[in-house]
Amino acid sequence: MSTRTLVSPAVLARPRGRAVYWTVFTGVAVLFALALLFPVYWMASGAMKSPDEVARTPPTLVPESWSTGGYTDAWELMQLPVHLWNTVVQAAGAWIFQLVFCTAAAYALSRLRPAFGTLILGGILATLMVPAQALVVPKYLTVADLGLLNDPLAIWLPAVASAFNLYLLKRFFDQLPRDVLEAAQIDGAGKLRTLWSIVLPMSRPVLGVVSIFALVAVWQDFLWPLMVFSDTEKQPIGVALVQLSQNVQLTVLIAAMVIAGIPMVALFLVLQRHIIAGISAGSTKG
Amino acid sequence: MTKTAQRPAAPVRHRPVKAPSPAEDRRRRRLTDQLRAYGFLLGGLVCFALFSWYPAIRAVVIAFQKYTPGADPEWVGTANFTRVLHDPEFGAAWRNTLTFTLLALLLGFAIPFVLALVLNELRHAKTFFRVVVYLPVMIPPVVSALLWKWFYDPGAGLANEALRFLHLPTSHWTNGADTALISLVVVATWATMGGTVLIYLAALQPIPGELYEAAELDGANLLQRVWHVTVPQTRFVILMLMLLQIIATMQVFTEPFVITGGGPENATVTVLYLIYKYAFLYNDFGGACALSVMLLALLGAFSAVYLRLTRSGEEAL
Repeated sequence: MSTRTLVSPAVLARPRGRAVYWTVFTGVAVLFALALLFPVYWMASGAMKSPDEVARTPPTLVPESWSTGGYTDAWELMQLPVHLWNTVVQAAGAWIFQLVFCTAAAYALSRLRPAFGTLILGGILATLMVPAQALVVPKYLTVADLGLLNDPLAIWLPAVASAFNLYLLKRFFDQLPRDVLEAAQIDGAGKLRTLWSIVLPMSRPVLGVVSIFALVAVWQDFLWPLMVFSDTEKQPIGVALVQLSQNVQLTVLIAAMVIAGIPMVALFLVLQRHIIAGISAGSTKG
Repeated sequence: MTKTAQRPAAPVRHRPVKAPSPAEDRRRRRLTDQLRAYGFLLGGLVCFALFSWYPAIRAVVIAFQKYTPGADPEWVGTANFTRVLHDPEFGAAWRNTLTFTLLALLLGFAIPFVLALVLNELRHAKTFFRVVVYLPVMIPPVVSALLWKWFYDPGAGLANEALRFLHLPTSHWTNGADTALISLVVVATWATMGGTVLIYLAALQPIPGELYEAAELDGANLLQRVWHVTVPQTRFVILMLMLLQIIATMQVFTEPFVITGGGPENATVTVLYLIYKYAFLYNDFGGACALSVMLLALLGAFSAVYLRLTRSGEEAL
């Protein structure tokens, strides 16, 4: 309450102002509960209804009996452990590949003055202008030529070509105090050593942001894994859900949807402060 | 900031040098420096070359070829473009994509804008509102698409139940040719508006309170304060968010693919969906690339404007 906003504190202090404030507050709370939380409840509880009950009109607000059968069926029938594991492998690999290669490249561009460095940086930034989805078909053909279809490398390697994350890292490295890096060099630290024990520990915040972006991007992507994983056994959970959605009972599908949503939602609830701060900061600072 | 300045001078290691000519020494050192720099760059460079730069060139090349994986490509001139242009789905896809973008801009911008303004005035449960508004963004898009497909179900779907509960006529939602597209816009807005709300909320913070005070003294009411203070003060972010929204929604794919399959009667086929169909259903990679090039040109123009603005915006800040 340090600075005033649209409505002045004086107005809010008056009885009428307070009444209006609490009306608006309740309105927003109800709206949020209905529009944003209720769908999530509806999904989680729908999975616990019996197949008859879930198709009934008018629907029941609370399941007549809370059955976990939908969840266990989904877990077994839809082979969710396999698909969840595929997703974890794909996301974790993409995260590691990005951390290693993007960090190294950003460090080189920021501190090692490679010949044609500006040209390379320009080439990387130019890809920001080319929205990724518009290039999926030629990218798919390249991956097919390399024999990487149905291979997690098809997710990992293209993930490295993330101009946004690379640029974020480079800009952070640019701002590190020069004298610290020089001191390390005078102490006899090589480039790799400087990167590992000086630059990276100082870059924790930006590494956190890049990690979250990397994980979320893979977990949320649909079109690319749909293209490169034709083999059901290799598919991440999102693709498998859509492929299998026609052949399973509604309650089972809903349970599978809940399970597919849990990891990212849990990650968000645990890291919400950092994620929200990252989005807010990232936006105003480009 | 750091303690290095006060640190006692570190012992400098003098290596015994055989003293080659200084120029040669410098040249050799520069070469090893370059090799080392490129060693660090290599992984990233290879990935960008293979999965960003080469596909961009290849899209343009294949757009003029008859391309079947495994067979030698054949040059066909502009045949791919004429074929694609004469496809009745082509017009539908562009019309749908542009309508979708426009509607998503109206809904997906107006709602978060108002929400952010209101949330910024609330002094209680701030974290709760910010978490809840962002929650749908963290639900995988496939899951929210399937969830809404279930809501829109003409039988036991929640959407029609809600209408019945309110004694309103029910709708066909995604099954009606005239309501399908807007139904998908609702899904996309629900699933993505959290990000816009948070970004806009952040942009509201630096507005100096004195501006509102001065406006109020001049007799400006609430709406006038929004229009004459808030909007001009956040003009840059508004423009930015709109462009980002346009670029993102022009590439819409998951919702139509999962919920409607492009139907009914091509009412929800989008450009990206059509690209997918050309490649994976018709096995016509030339046509898919011709379409990609067209989409690329349009989106590239928007992105160029966006990058231009962020650059000049940064300089202005």
